[in-house]
Amino acid sequence: MSNDEPKERADRAMFNDQHEARAERAMSNDGHDDGVDRRGFLKCMAWAGTGAFFMVEGGILKSYSLSKLPGLPTASAGTLSFVQISDSHMGFNKAANPDVVGTLKTAVDRINALPTAPEFMLHTGDISHLSKPEEFDTLDQILKSARAKDVFFVPGEHDVLEDEGAQYLERYGKGTKGSGWHSFDKKGVHFIGLVNVLNLKAGGLGTLGAEQLAWLKDDIRHLKHSTPVVVFAHIPLWSVYPDWGWGTEDAAQALALLKPFGSVTVLNGHIHQTMQKIEGNVTFHTASSTAFPQPAPGAADSPGPMKVPADRLRSVLGITDVTYLRGKHALGIIDSSLEENS
Amino acid sequence: MKRHHMGTAAGIVLFVALCAGLTAAEQSKPPATEVKIDNFSFSPAELRVPVGATITWTNRDDIPHTVVSTDKVFKSKVLDTDEKYSFTFGTAGTYTYFCSIHPKMTGKVIVQ
Repeated sequence: MSNDEPKERADRAMFNDQHEARAERAMSNDGHDDGVDRRGFLKCMAWAGTGAFFMVEGGILKSYSLSKLPGLPTASAGTLSFVQISDSHMGFNKAANPDVVGTLKTAVDRINALPTAPEFMLHTGDISHLSKPEEFDTLDQILKSARAKDVFFVPGEHDVLEDEGAQYLERYGKGTKGSGWHSFDKKGVHFIGLVNVLNLKAGGLGTLGAEQLAWLKDDIRHLKHSTPVVVFAHIPLWSVYPDWGWGTEDAAQALALLKPFGSVTVLNGHIHQTMQKIEGNVTFHTASSTAFPQPAPGAADSPGPMKVPADRLRSVLGITDVTYLRGKHALGIIDSSLEENS
Repeated sequence: MKRHHMGTAAGIVLFVALCAGLTAAEQSKPPATEVKIDNFSFSPAELRVPVGATITWTNRDDIPHTVVSTDKVFKSKVLDTDEKYSFTFGTAGTYTYFCSIHPKMTGKVIVQ
């Protein structure tokens, strides 16, 4: 590594490895013959960056190549469509992305170009980089131009710096409990926003805490077990990579409460890359950042912002579009990158 | 420095002497010691310093971090890239600390 060129090649290699690892993970969850072999899947991944489509039926993940997307069901009566965006880091200005405002605007353009207008958005935290009022203001301003007007938030650790989340609660916590946890219903789907970025203990991971777990238990007490549940929180509720703090200490307790439910989808951010896992009735999925990518677990010395060649940046940022078909017990999750041709 | 059962005059003399002693100690205080925050870790993660030493933490990451004592003895504000925080350790003991934003990041200062 004596000059810049091999360095760039190394970056790209890491980049490709990451995608391959993702594809392999996805394929290993796929026990079905859906007409897409591993090679075809990788080819699709290579073409589309983070673009991939996952349909969940009866707790089983099926993968489709993006070329088949036009043939998939579009909006119909009883369909719920929403978008997840995450980790916008307004105020971040380092080399990994000197224009986080620009990429967030592109994300909004992507949302506005979706074939089915989403009914609302979820933002899974790290709205700001340093919890500064002007950073929150910037995001609020940019999201105003999105077709979906309602946005439901949960905080990331970057949103609750210095004040234990007081400012976050004042801005985004209307009608929420505790440090900002809340639930709501849309077309028969029960949504639960959890907060796992406060009161973190030395050496530990994300934390929900006893008070929030008690609230969760009470919140779902009267729900029919056939009700589809979508849980969203900033830090993954599964052990993605504890060495980097990518997990939540007491997530198992929350998931135990959700065990009787037939369909549970858990949406997280924090790790700035897409990843998914199926465990019994639960589908775990993490969204891309709209600001900067982070390395695959263990692929670098630290989880710090990953620099990719400028012309590749938008291929590793993105949005997540989720569709629920009533009565079908199916949640379709599509990750789209911010790249032009995705 | 506490001698509760001493005569008042003797006490004052001792107090003055101690004050003089402290001033002298300040003039020859131990050199400042640096801890770098790099790649989501404190380096060195464990540090031995004499009583009175000042440690300065510098964040060299592109991500903000904090330096927070587990026992709430000291707590920095949020340190953005290249920002620093200093604390002077006046009492012997073992001080564990962590980054309250990324709690996997932990460190220790042993003051002797």
